[in-house]
Amino acid sequence: MKELSVSNLLGIKYLTTEDLHLIFETADQFKEVINRPIKKVPSLRDITIANLFFENSTRTRLSFELAEKRLSADVINFSASSSSVTKGETLVDTVNNILAMKVDMVVMRHPNPGAGVFLSKHIGASIINAGDGAHEHPTQALLDVYSIREKYGDVNGKKIVIIGDIMHSRVALSNIFALKKLGAKVKVCGPNSLIPKHIESLGVEVEHNLTAALEWCEIANMLRVQHERMEHSYFPSTREYVQQYGVNKALLDTLSKPITIMHPGPINRGVEITSDVADSEHSIILNQVENGVAIRMAVMYLLASKIKQYEN
Amino acid sequence: MSQKLLLSAKEINIILQRLACQLVENHKDFKNSALIGIQPRGSFLAQRLYHILDKDYGLNTLKVGKLDITFYRDDFRRGDKMLNANETEIDFIVENKNVVLIDDVLFTGRSIRSALTALQSFGRPSKIELLTLIDRRFSRHLPIQPDYNGRKVDAINDEHVKVCWKENDGEDAIYLMNN
Repeated sequence: MKELSVSNLLGIKYLTTEDLHLIFETADQFKEVINRPIKKVPSLRDITIANLFFENSTRTRLSFELAEKRLSADVINFSASSSSVTKGETLVDTVNNILAMKVDMVVMRHPNPGAGVFLSKHIGASIINAGDGAHEHPTQALLDVYSIREKYGDVNGKKIVIIGDIMHSRVALSNIFALKKLGAKVKVCGPNSLIPKHIESLGVEVEHNLTAALEWCEIANMLRVQHERMEHSYFPSTREYVQQYGVNKALLDTLSKPITIMHPGPINRGVEITSDVADSEHSIILNQVENGVAIRMAVMYLLASKIKQYEN
Repeated sequence: MSQKLLLSAKEINIILQRLACQLVENHKDFKNSALIGIQPRGSFLAQRLYHILDKDYGLNTLKVGKLDITFYRDDFRRGDKMLNANETEIDFIVENKNVVLIDDVLFTGRSIRSALTALQSFGRPSKIELLTLIDRRFSRHLPIQPDYNGRKVDAINDEHVKVCWKENDGEDAIYLMNN
C-alpha cells in the first residue's frame, strides 16, 4: 500500500514524483465522490482542522473548507484581520493556542515565505501550506497539473508556458516544480522586470515574446499581476502591459493550433486575459476550481492517514 | 505459509451457476435490480455472474457497478496499513432499485457495513441483498449475513481465504492460507 513520503505539505519541492502520482490517483476517486448525490465521506470524522489565513483569500479558503467538510472533518476558521495577531501575538503562540484546543491539522496561508517550514519546526500537527508569500502554493500547483493530466491524459512531454508576473507568483514556482518533476517542458514569459534572475536554474526557458511563447506551447497558464506585492513599478503602465502580455482572442486566432488556457484566479479581466478568452471552450479555468476540491480532499486524506491516534 | 485448495475451478463454476440461478429466481428479468461488486475483489465475482446471466439467461441489459468503500472504512488511521482507494463506477440510478451487493469473502462483516453506508451516498435503494462466494462462519463482528452464499468455511483466526480469478491471478481457485 502506498503512502506519502512527507507528513506536511509545505511545498512541491519536498514531494517525490511518486507522491504526485499518489495524490492524483486519490483525487480521481474523490472527484467521483464529489459528483455523487451525497458528496460526503466519513473518513476524517475524528480529525479537527484549523484554517489559518493570515492573508486574504476567497477561492482557496472556500475550496479547503469545502474539502474538509466533504471529508467530515471538524473545521475552525481564523483570519488575521479579526484576531489577536493585530494585538502583537507571535505566529508560534497563535498556533500553539489553537493546537491546545486539540487540532490535528493546520491549513495556513501567510504573507511571509517559509512560514510553513518555520511552523513545522515548532509544532507537531500536520501542516498544509495554502500559500506562503511569493514562495509556494502547493495545492494550486497540484490542481493545475491535475487539470492538465485530466485533459491530456499525461503531463510528460507537454509544453506549458507560464505567462505574467513570475517574480511575485508562488503559483509559478510551485507549478514549475510540479511540472518539471513530471517531465513537462516549461517556459516562462513576461516582461524582463517580472522574471526572476537565474530562473533558468529550475530547468525552465525564458521567452519575452508572447506570440512566440503561445505558438510553442500546448497550454498557457496566465498569472495575475500582483500589484499588492509590488513595492515599486515594474512596468510603465497597465495599458502597456496589456499591449505586450495581454492574451486576447484575436491573438489566439493567429496561432496555428488552439491552445488550452488556464488561470489560477482571481482574473483581472481585460488585463492578463480578455473575457472572450477566459470564457472560451479552450479555457479550463472552472475545471481547475472543481478539481481544487478533489485535490485538497486527496491531500488531507493522505496526510491524515499518517496521523495515528489509535496505535495499540 | 502453507496453503490448502478449498475449491477448484470446476467447483467454483458449479457454485457460480447456482448463484446465478438463485439470483434469477428472485430478480426475474432484473428490470429493477442491479449488481454492485465491492472493490477490489468483489468486482471480479460480479463480472463473472454478469457473464453467466448474460449468456445463459439473455440478461444483457443487466446493470453492473463497482463500489469502492475505502473512504467509509472504520479502520482508517487505526493500523499501519495505508488504505488506498479504488475506482467506483455506478453509472445508473440506485434510488428505488433492488441492489445485490457482491463480495468474495464475508469475514467480520465490517466491509459490508462500510459498503451499506457508501451505497447510501448514491440514493435510497428499495432493497439491498448480499451475495458472497465464501462465508467464514463464526467470525462475524457485526450482525450481517449473506442472502446468497457459495460455500461456508470454518477457518481459525490466523488462517485466511484467498480467492483467485483467472483474469487477475491466472487461475480460478480458492485456497485456505495458513499464516
